Amino acid sequence: MPEKRILLKNCGRIDPKNIDTYLAQDGFKAWQKTQKEMTPDAVVAEIKASELRGRGGAGFPCGLKWELAAREESDEKFLICNADEGEVGAFKDRYLLQNDPFTLIEGIAIAAYAIGAGKCCIYLRAEYHYLLDGLKNAIAQAREKGLLDGLDIDIHEGAGAYICGEESALMDSIEGKRGEARYRPPFPPSKGLWGKPTIINNVETLSTIPHIVLNGAQWFHEIGTEKSTGTKLFSVSGDVAKPGVYELVLGSSLKELVVDICGADNIKMVQIGGATGGIVPYSMISTPLAYETVLGSGAVTVFNESRQVIDFVYRTMDFLAAESCGKCTPCREGTEAMIEILGRLATGDGRQEDIQALEDLSGTMMLSSLCGLGQAASIPVLDTLKYFRNEYETRIQQSLFLRSLRGRI
Amino acid sequence: MNTIQTQDSLTGRERENLLRKLKQAQHDFGYVSKDMMTETAQSLGLSIGEVYGITTFYSFLSVRPLGKFVIRICKSIPCYMQNAEMIIACVADEIGIKPGETTGDGKFSFELTNCIGACDIAPAMLINHQVYGQLTPGKIAEILRGCE
Ligand SMILES: Cc1cc2nc3c(=O)[nH]c(=O)nc-3n(C[C@H](O)[C@H](O)[C@H](O)COP(=O)(O)O)c2cc1C
Ligand code: FES
Repeated sequence: MPEKRILLKNCGRIDPKNIDTYLAQDGFKAWQKTQKEMTPDAVVAEIKASELRGRGGAGFPCGLKWELAAREESDEKFLICNADEGEVGAFKDRYLLQNDPFTLIEGIAIAAYAIGAGKCCIYLRAEYHYLLDGLKNAIAQAREKGLLDGLDIDIHEGAGAYICGEESALMDSIEGKRGEARYRPPFPPSKGLWGKPTIINNVETLSTIPHIVLNGAQWFHEIGTEKSTGTKLFSVSGDVAKPGVYELVLGSSLKELVVDICGADNIKMVQIGGATGGIVPYSMISTPLAYETVLGSGAVTVFNESRQVIDFVYRTMDFLAAESCGKCTPCREGTEAMIEILGRLATGDGRQEDIQALEDLSGTMMLSSLCGLGQAASIPVLDTLKYFRNEYETRIQQSLFLRSLRGRI
Repeated sequence: MNTIQTQDSLTGRERENLLRKLKQAQHDFGYVSKDMMTETAQSLGLSIGEVYGITTFYSFLSVRPLGKFVIRICKSIPCYMQNAEMIIACVADEIGIKPGETTGDGKFSFELTNCIGACDIAPAMLINHQVYGQLTPGKIAEILRGCE
C-alpha cells in the first residue's frame, strides 16, 4: 500500500503564516459544512461511522469518546488538544503544527461543536515553545475571519514533563498541580478538567477530522484495514538514510516504510510507538502497521546490526524511570528496580536470576500500575527477551566469567 | 519581586495560572525563588510545600538560579544513536562545566534532556527556546560563540 497524503496534503503547499493560502485549498470548508448542514449529533455519528481511532498512542475510537461527552449534561464542557508530544522518537505533531496549524484549528472547531464545548485548550509542551507564535498567529487569523465566533481557544504551555502527555496527568497540570496520573473511573468524558466533561484528542486525530467531515465517513472507511481506517503519520528516526515524517495508508508494511521509503539497511530491529513501544525483529519486517499489530503514536526507531539490545533497553528504562510521575508504587519502584538489573547487565555484572526477576517485575507492573507508563514500561524488556534472549544470556555468561576471574562467583 | 503578570485563565479558575506564574518567574529571574514560592502559595491558599513540589516536578522550572543561556542536549535514543555523547562532551569542553552545572559568570547552564521532538535532525539540543539539529563539534563552537 502506498504513501498517501491526506494529513500532509497542505504541508509545504500552504503558507502556515497566511490563512488565505489555506482557504484557497478548501480550508474551513468542512467547518462551514458542519455549521450549515450538520447537527452536533450528526457530526458525532459521522466520526463514529468513520471508525477513526485516536492517533496519540492508545487508539481509542474517537467517535465513541465524543458520544460519551456529547451525552453529558453540564454547564461547562472542555476540549483539550494534546500537543505534548513527548514520546521518544515522535515529532509528527510538531510537523503538523509547523506546516499546517489551520487544519488543526478547523478540527478543533468541529470537535468543540460536536461535543458542545465552549472552551478549548491546546496543551503545548515547553520544548515546543518555538511553535507558540505560529500557532497563536494562526488562531488570531481564523478569529479575524470570523471563523471562531463563540469559541475560546487557549494555549496552555507545559513546563517539561513527559508524563503530562498522559491525559489525566495533563489535566492535573492544567489545574496547576504536579502532572500525576489520576485513578479512573471517572473517565474524562464524564469528569475531566475541573470535574467537567472533557474530551482530549491528539493533534493528528483532530487534524484528521476536517477531511472526514468534508469527504464523508464512507470515503475514510475505505482507506486502510478493517480495524484501522485512514492514513497515519510516522516519525522515522535512527539508522535510516532519510529520517522524517511520512504518511502511509494503515496496514502498509513496516518494510515499505523503513526500507523502501527511508532507506534502512542491515536492520536488526525496529521499535514502534516510542519508549514503551513494541519491538519488531528484522525477521518480521513485513509486519503491517496497524492497530491490530503495532502502531502506538507512530514513532518508528530503526536499529541496525551494530546496536546492542541490552544498552538500548537500559537507556529506555532510564528514560521511563526518570519520567515516571511517582504516584503509584509499581511504576515508581518497578522502573528503578529494572534499571538496577539492566544496569548490572549492561556493565557486565549480571546474575543468573536476572532474567526471571525482569519477567516477574514486568508482570506486576503491567497488572497494577496506575497509567499507561507503568503498564507498558516492560514491553521493550519482554519483547527483547522474546526475540533477543540470547543477548541477555550471553551478558550473564560473560558476567559470571568476569566475576570468576576476579575470584568471586 | 511583585511584578508577575498573569494572563486570565481559560476557565476562570485562579489556580490555572499557577504554572504560568512560576514559568514567568523562571523567565524573569532565571529561577523560582523561595520568596516567589511563598508568595504564590499564599496568594492561592496553598501550602509552601505543595508549590515547592510542583516547582521541582517540572524540568523547565528550577529552584537554583540558571544561567542566561540554558543548554539542553537531548540524550534519548535516536539522538544517542547519532553520537549525542560526543556532542555532550564537546559542549562540556567548550564551556568548562558538566551537565547539571552553571558557569561561574552565570552565562551558561548545561542540562541533559529527554527527546525534544527533533529526532529527524538528531543529534539535537535546545538553547533557551531555540532548537538546533544535526550538531557537529564545529557547529557547537559556532553556536556557542553566537550566544551573547
Ligand atoms: C505515558 C503516556 C504519555 C502519553 N503522551 C502522549 C502525548 O504526548 N501526546 C498524545 O497525544 N497522547 C499521549 N498519550 C495518550 C493520552 O493519554 C491520550 O490517550 C490521548 O491524548 C488521547 O487522544 P487520541 O484519542 O486522539 O489519541 C500518552 C499516554 C501515556 C500513558
Ligand atoms: S531523541 Fe533527541 S530529539 Fe528525539
